[in-house]
Amino acid sequence: MGEWKRDAREPSEQISGSRREFLHTCSLAAPLLLLGLRAAAVEAWAAPEAAYNAREHYYGMGVDVARCIGCGRCVEACKNENDVPREPYYFRTWVERYVVGPAGEAEVDSPNGGIAGFPPKPSEKGVLRTFFVPKLCNQCADPPCVQVCPVGATFATEDGVVLVDRDYCIGCRYCVQACPYGARFLDPRTHMADKCTFCYHRVVRGLVPACVEVCPTGARVFGDIRQRSSPLARFTRFNKIMTLKPHLNTKPKVFYAALDQEVR
Amino acid sequence: MEPLQEVLRQVTGYIYPNEVELHWGLLVVVYPYLTGLVAGAFILASLVRVFNVKEVQPTYRLALLTALAYLIVAPLPLLAHLGRPSRAFEIFLTPNFHSAMAMFGFVYAWYLMVVLLLEIWFDYRKDLVLWSKRETGVRHWLHRLLTLGAGDLSPRALRFDQSAGRFITIIGIPSAFLLHGYVGFIFGSVKANPWWSSVLMPIVFLFSAIVSGIALMLLLYLLSTLLRSKPVDMVCMDKLATFLFYDLVVDFSLEMLDFIHRLYEAEESIQILSLLVSSRLFLSLVILQALLGTVLPLLLLGSVSPALRNRGIVSLPDELRRLLYAGAAVLIQIGIFSTRWNVVIGGQLFSKSLRGLTVYKMQLLGLEGLFVSGFLLVLPLLVLLVLIIVLPPWPEAEQHPEAGAS
Amino acid sequence: MERARGSQLASGLLPNQQFDPHLMLQQLKSLLIAFAVLAGGLALGRHFLMPKTFGQRGHYRAAAVDAIEKQPVHYAGREACAACHPEIVDRHSKARHQTVACEVCHGPAAAHTEAPTENKLPAPRTRGYCPLCHGYDPSRPTGFPQIDPVAHNPLKPCITCHNPHQPEPPHVPEECSACHGEIARTKAVSRHALLAFTQCHNTPLQHKVTPRLVRPDKPRTREFCGGCHAQDARSPKEIPRIDLQTHGSRYLCWQCHYPHRPEGD
Repeated sequence: MGEWKRDAREPSEQISGSRREFLHTCSLAAPLLLLGLRAAAVEAWAAPEAAYNAREHYYGMGVDVARCIGCGRCVEACKNENDVPREPYYFRTWVERYVVGPAGEAEVDSPNGGIAGFPPKPSEKGVLRTFFVPKLCNQCADPPCVQVCPVGATFATEDGVVLVDRDYCIGCRYCVQACPYGARFLDPRTHMADKCTFCYHRVVRGLVPACVEVCPTGARVFGDIRQRSSPLARFTRFNKIMTLKPHLNTKPKVFYAALDQEVR
Repeated sequence: MEPLQEVLRQVTGYIYPNEVELHWGLLVVVYPYLTGLVAGAFILASLVRVFNVKEVQPTYRLALLTALAYLIVAPLPLLAHLGRPSRAFEIFLTPNFHSAMAMFGFVYAWYLMVVLLLEIWFDYRKDLVLWSKRETGVRHWLHRLLTLGAGDLSPRALRFDQSAGRFITIIGIPSAFLLHGYVGFIFGSVKANPWWSSVLMPIVFLFSAIVSGIALMLLLYLLSTLLRSKPVDMVCMDKLATFLFYDLVVDFSLEMLDFIHRLYEAEESIQILSLLVSSRLFLSLVILQALLGTVLPLLLLGSVSPALRNRGIVSLPDELRRLLYAGAAVLIQIGIFSTRWNVVIGGQLFSKSLRGLTVYKMQLLGLEGLFVSGFLLVLPLLVLLVLIIVLPPWPEAEQHPEAGAS
Repeated sequence: MERARGSQLASGLLPNQQFDPHLMLQQLKSLLIAFAVLAGGLALGRHFLMPKTFGQRGHYRAAAVDAIEKQPVHYAGREACAACHPEIVDRHSKARHQTVACEVCHGPAAAHTEAPTENKLPAPRTRGYCPLCHGYDPSRPTGFPQIDPVAHNPLKPCITCHNPHQPEPPHVPEECSACHGEIARTKAVSRHALLAFTQCHNTPLQHKVTPRLVRPDKPRTREFCGGCHAQDARSPKEIPRIDLQTHGSRYLCWQCHYPHRPEGD
């Protein structure tokens, strides 16, 4: 994929394109190769969890705005995987639609977080540019939510994921106030703070977060920031990267490519 | 889920989906309002003790008890608003020293145990001993218990009471500043929220706290004196009104400074904040807080009290003057409560995406409802009543005929 | 802390007296006892209430991480499907939907992998599902295949023509707008509405089969546009003319004019 990216193809895309062509020509050899890989993968899935060492990892996510088609599959998968309340006020991830008019004024919406896609939006004023932006917890390296939690019920793990302790949170909601990204909510069933965990329970098993798993266009990329050969490392190497609200110095670990200035 | 649907319908512009639920409601408005009264009442008491302002001596003990009554109630709204109140003790168990809110526990405990209780104890100890000597029954035992067994009335012991009390008051002033300045810091340090994030926030909170505290003491002193059919000390009232006026000037100047500074810097949030002030907060900010709660009392106090001219710019008879003082004090209470509302609720009415405004749907019933908050506003007065019964703050209670020369 | 401050009070405020426990003021004794009882009670409470794993890895309960790690997985991951469905996975992995994981359409499959017959997975077959991705929406990236759900073979379920595992259409698209909906719609309301796509783009037939490997070309020179818009062009009179020599001569035409919607409409 990647051919239908906006504008000219970047060098990286060309590389991946030619790599695919190469694979295509080698398709005779592929079944053998694939079978071998598959066997290995199945073993990994079935194998008892090998001792996971959090210190060997440091996770981040890449989001390519130019690839998001606003299908909302990530929102749906997130709610399924993490038992997020289905009401339209609680989201660990959601998708926003931006429509920038001719005078540069942006209109944003996210009906039910985009979980059922986006109804057509008639724009009387005309459209200068328009795009979708997936949002989630930025898993900040300097998380303001962790700073303000009075009891240590939210914290950053050694592998760089900000989690909430469900047996310890007192529900004061200071973390909700402190998050600049609106990524936190109070679970109405437990009266405790909740947020994206990067699907931590999946990650420690060697799986990718559910939203990354189901993103049909590869707009979301997950991986190890420090590892040189992770999909994320490739993503941050070949794209110009921007984070959300960088002036707040929260040091987000969700990296956006092709981010528009209107996105806040 | 019905209330949230209602909110969703009234949203203008875009807010993050998780922002539909407004997290800090009326209870969190009540909390800084109550703590402000604590700090204000204590500062007034310290005027007598540390700065030797003899005129307001009649309010000294009443102010201490008022501070205590409000301090006892102050954490209750916080407790009630928690999602899991039964886990509140964790703040003392594993406090996060980076968290402004965790430090609340310590500032509060310090202020309650070391400052307020100790000061009251040292101040009342002699009376407690003498009362328990002449009383019988429950009051005897209660007062005897409160002496903690320290019945020594030797001149050396009494001298120590005096100097210890003074020493504690001296510690108490920065502590009172800390108590309420820190409440401002809880909001002022939230960099995610441009309405809150301001270095001036703790100072503005502090001075508005002193304003509200002095105004409350003026009301309570007037009420208690009239209810006991005693003559109102107009020298004391005039002094209170004068202090109130000065402090109101400082408070208003600080608020204006904050306002002008924001307007002049015009950061990216200015558009949404202007919209917020001119629409959702117009009534509570412009009308209630600024006009009724600040400008009108300033005019009243400025013209009637001896703050600007010895007998007041408009010279009025005592009865009318104290009525106007009381009116100004009531207006100030409304204004300061609106101030707290505008900070706490106002800071959540706009989206952190800076693209939309939401609404606050107040509930009537339930822990977060209007009735509970109303109860918590009245509760300190009930506690104060109990304290007054146990520890009468009136001058005649300090007369001990049997003690004679001592 | 209280103790230290108390004795400092005693010695500091009454400097002439040597500190001697027997001479200690009654008040201080009482207060010390009261504070000691209080502090003792707090220390005791803390001892019993302190969570065991708190502080092992940071200012939090290490046990919380273990609890989160144990949460059940619902999306099994695409690797899990191949064990039982090798043909479909194999076909799918070479087709255009190769980046679309099985669970995008079939839903979370972890329960299915454990008990395949008890937990059957759904397969969306209605027309409503595919437009989630392929319904026309201007906010989608251009070039992403999109159809107009109302006009595109009305009422026919998508799967009658498209195999979702190998969604290449049964016959090549007849119209450019099948894939380039955004451009087609823009051009349709512009002054260039009547121009065919192929007027400006030479499109090899193979582009319709392998769109990414064989691409249409684009005009490269000012003279191409001049074919209609130059002073001496042999074209209908009502077409606006410019002098190619003087009109923005340092630019190529499409650096200012968007050919799919030239200004002035």
